[in-house]
Amino acid sequence: MPTIGRNVPRCDGMEKATGAARYVDDLAFPGMLHGRTVRSTIACGRIRRVNLLFDPAGFTVVDHRDIPGRNVVALIVDDQPCLAERVVRHIAEPVLLLAHADRERLIAADVDIEYEPSEPVFDPLHSPKVFKSVAIDKGDVEAGFRVADEIVEGEYRVGHQEHVYIETNGVVAVPENGGITVHGSLQCPYYVQKALCVVLGLPPEKVRVVQAETGGGFGGKEEYPSILAAHASLLALKSGRPVKMIYDRAEDMEATTKRHPAVVRTRTGVTRAGRLTAIDVDVLLDGGAYTTLSPVVLSRGVIHATGPYRCDNVRVRGRVVMTNTPPNGAFRGFGAPQTQFAAEVHMERMAERLGMDPVKLREVNAFRAGDTTATGQALGRDTSALKVLREAVKRTDFRRRRRSLRGTNRGLGLALFFHGAGFTGSGEVRLASKASLELTERGARILVSSTDIGQGARTVLAQIVADTLGLPLDAIEVARADTGRVPDSGPTVASRTTMVVGGLLQRCAVEMKRTIGRLTPRQYLRRHRALVVTRQYEAPTAATFDETTYRGDAYGTYAWGCDVAEVEFDPVTYEIRPVRVTAVQDIGKALNPRMAVGQIEGGTLQGIGYALLEEVVVRDGRMANAQLTNYIVPTTMDTPRIDVVIVENGYRHGPFGAKGVGELPFDGAPPAVANAVRHLGLDVRSLPMTPERIMMLSGQQSAGSR
Amino acid sequence: MRTAISTLELIEPRSLKHALEVLRDSRPVVPLAGCTDVYVLLNAGTPPAGRYLNLWGLDVLRGITERSGTVSIGALTTFSEILRSPVVRRRVPILAAAAREIGAVQIQNRGTLGGNVANGSPAGDSLPVLAAVDAVVVLRSADGVRRVPFNGFYTGYRKTVMRPDELVAAIEIPPVPGRQWFRKVGTRAAQAISKVVIAAVRAPRPRIAFGSVGPTVMRAPRTEAVLAGGGSIDEAVATLGAEITPIDDIRSTAEYRRRVACNLLRQFWTETA
Amino acid sequence: MRFVLNGREVDVKAHGMKRLLDVLRGECGLTGTKEGCGEGECGACTVLLDGQAVNACLVPFGQVRGHSVTTIEGLRGRHPLQRAFVTEGGTQCGVCTPGMIMAAAALPKGATREDVRVGLAGNICRCTGYEGIYRAVRKAHRARPTAHDSRPTAHGSRLTAQGSRPTAQGPSRRSTRPKSGLAARRQPPAASRKGSR
Repeated sequence: MPTIGRNVPRCDGMEKATGAARYVDDLAFPGMLHGRTVRSTIACGRIRRVNLLFDPAGFTVVDHRDIPGRNVVALIVDDQPCLAERVVRHIAEPVLLLAHADRERLIAADVDIEYEPSEPVFDPLHSPKVFKSVAIDKGDVEAGFRVADEIVEGEYRVGHQEHVYIETNGVVAVPENGGITVHGSLQCPYYVQKALCVVLGLPPEKVRVVQAETGGGFGGKEEYPSILAAHASLLALKSGRPVKMIYDRAEDMEATTKRHPAVVRTRTGVTRAGRLTAIDVDVLLDGGAYTTLSPVVLSRGVIHATGPYRCDNVRVRGRVVMTNTPPNGAFRGFGAPQTQFAAEVHMERMAERLGMDPVKLREVNAFRAGDTTATGQALGRDTSALKVLREAVKRTDFRRRRRSLRGTNRGLGLALFFHGAGFTGSGEVRLASKASLELTERGARILVSSTDIGQGARTVLAQIVADTLGLPLDAIEVARADTGRVPDSGPTVASRTTMVVGGLLQRCAVEMKRTIGRLTPRQYLRRHRALVVTRQYEAPTAATFDETTYRGDAYGTYAWGCDVAEVEFDPVTYEIRPVRVTAVQDIGKALNPRMAVGQIEGGTLQGIGYALLEEVVVRDGRMANAQLTNYIVPTTMDTPRIDVVIVENGYRHGPFGAKGVGELPFDGAPPAVANAVRHLGLDVRSLPMTPERIMMLSGQQSAGSR
Repeated sequence: MRTAISTLELIEPRSLKHALEVLRDSRPVVPLAGCTDVYVLLNAGTPPAGRYLNLWGLDVLRGITERSGTVSIGALTTFSEILRSPVVRRRVPILAAAAREIGAVQIQNRGTLGGNVANGSPAGDSLPVLAAVDAVVVLRSADGVRRVPFNGFYTGYRKTVMRPDELVAAIEIPPVPGRQWFRKVGTRAAQAISKVVIAAVRAPRPRIAFGSVGPTVMRAPRTEAVLAGGGSIDEAVATLGAEITPIDDIRSTAEYRRRVACNLLRQFWTETA
Repeated sequence: MRFVLNGREVDVKAHGMKRLLDVLRGECGLTGTKEGCGEGECGACTVLLDGQAVNACLVPFGQVRGHSVTTIEGLRGRHPLQRAFVTEGGTQCGVCTPGMIMAAAALPKGATREDVRVGLAGNICRCTGYEGIYRAVRKAHRARPTAHDSRPTAHGSRLTAQGSRPTAQGPSRRSTRPKSGLAARRQPPAASRKGSR
């Protein structure tokens, strides 16, 4: 019986529900040592001397001189050292590595580092170094402003966000086979492998990376594990013993990547009838001390900066700059949440200025099939901006409820948003992802480097193969994501796994089915011994994207969403309590509706946390609230009812019409909540909307909406 | 876990008497009740001591009884036991309300009233209740028993009048002369450290106590005097604003704490009218 | 030191100040209980101590003597919650799951959605948005009881049962009180049922 579109239980559920699933810290190897990182305590300066003030017996000590290959964390631009040499550029920068069999001796080892501090840069507005800048131009913004009836300006700010995957970062590096095997909590085994080859000076055959069961990622285990894996590997190779390094929560929060803070300045021209005539956006992202993935975060951010709205005249300028803080990195949404927060709150302010119904303003401007985006991409029939907007308005009886709440302590707001699926531009072509399918006695084994990090990849990919082969789901196995075993299917990021890798597997299965013909797998294997089908990514269309001019088709398809949030204000405590969020999301096709709903519910709540609760307090370049007591994420009691409506406006080139679902839900919740707060008369333009900030705002009621 | 556990010593007393002898003779030693505070410190690598005295088995320090209107709560009584207790719910319902707001279920099942009192955090959620009901702290040592009014128990930030050889044995709560009110404002709706917490009693002489607005839990005697003297709520609020000394910290701001404390006072006054 | 672990009496040697979490994962070889924070904030390490949910990262081993500990392994895969978490989307990445299931196992059978919210407030999930977990608990509570019923032996009254609220006044969570600041405001009308789940 076909499984696509049915709520089949996840195939790895029982191991998780019994505690049998093995995460990195559950693994042990004979002779294993524990590893620890000694980190910089200054934000900027030079290392004068490192003093080891402990009895070295039983210790392995590694510094930059022990690096056999190149001392870089290979990613986009090789500017980040694996271990600091002379210069440190952020607090918590790794300087020295220690390993010992006895964890207590390891943590007790005293290391004193002498520094010559220099003046750090903490304010992105005054940074001397730009990692990347991007410009998007369409039409003539000045002409657009000239014909506007109203011009609205605003500045919007969002801060860092910490992933708080419940399992912290961790790896075990095992020296074996003349090289190294790393078991890790990670999203992208091949990213780690590539980085290790560079640092260790080893060929790929000697570097094996295996994903252990991973307790959450959200982007926080996309690029960061390469650093941790390199550290553990250096200790393992020097000591000749397996080395386990698990960050505790405080270290993980202080030292690893976070969402890029942003300042977005927007200026738009609009006619009295609500038609956008010009959009001019300036995006400034704080990249932290090294480049890491910042250019790509900026790229996605600027492409989404207009919001899902058509306009003939667009100018977007974006830059991501250096500050002497721990480098920021991938986090669900990857630039799009920051710019769409600004776009949607700005939209709300335009409605307020015009005295127009916020739904009507969005209806006038929402993308339709045939409209072109800021990069000049003509949108196809899989464009659902209006559909999700209308569905959300209907479902929540938005206009009537909003009117009825006037004068009460409750506010109702909405946000319309979109998210390009897959890598930007020709990214997928460059990735050249591969997937393989191996025939087994029972059915088939999926061989991909895509990782299940909770989102359900194993199950959905198995469903695609099962249905295409015409076999039951339990006939399909999914091999562990092990670089020694599976091909490089690209990273598990960018909402691409179902759409791109699932698509590759579908092609594999079609070919496999054709090859085995009427035989059962067992019969085929009796005759032919083995069958492995591999397929590599091919661009489905000839569409191109120019990465210098930012013109062309940025993404094959977009997912679309409209969230409606109802909040309640407490005039005694100034707290904003989210009461209910309705999330209407077009993801092309829900291959497993329960799992898709789970992604939407989880992503929506993470966005609510970002909107109301989560604040990284940075003092002198250091995260001062690196404990779960003080960096707060939503508990059950902070969580509203979340209603999900899935719309299926399929993508022609996605398996069964699937687009991407992982990140879209995050983009919409923060501005929907902010606009609900605006409905109360509070002029919010930044996150998080803590009670302290709301208190300051409620002293000055905003003009407009009521 | 950043503390070398094997370097610590755990002493297992045979009885309360034995425990008190240890406290008298073998200091420094930190008594352990439910451990919900101490183990956070151990995890962070800042252990308060090298030696610990395990009180957990001393059942004589548990139990809730009522005699002649006075409720006596053993120091090792957990917050779960407190919030379920018919005696507490009848006589000191704001203590049950506070217990319900502490952490979440897992913390309530282990955190104890004695631990909350001895720990003396200015943000301890049960402490304003004890201040508002004029509780009495029963201290025991090898020399005997001493009773200290709760209001007066703290002398400064995390400093108490306890002698090093004394243990909190029980908290006694006399009859409460009026309607009781409690509200905690935390960083979020559960598992939260308080930003401001108020416990109050509407009586001819109102009692108003706050946590997290000064270095210790505090009553607000000048504010109480205004209300007792028939002053308006506006005057009381102005007095309160000057009487409390909140600070900016990692969780909140002095101004927020001050304004919310004033709002809470108003809310209490209106709702208990 | 003798105690009861998952229904069997055991004798385990470990330092009395060692965290119960570390003894379970180390000396006892039961890695199902997870460490998420070490501060008692996330609940990933939740086990039942004498039937009550506690954070194993905050319990010294020495305090477990003579008591009964139940871990996720003690449910032996047969508790209705386990199957329900799998089918209802209660588990995604799975690392909060053992602690979540143990905390849910300590809830009384008749728990309402609000009781479940309160009872699980000490267990943080970053993946599900909690809805899948509520669905799983509701489904399990409708299932037949199993032989291994791990509910607490000391059965406290429910946290929010009717009539059991204390007489203390204090704002109710659910009501809205129009107050100062934003001037006098009306009570909001009840949300329309239209389109709600």
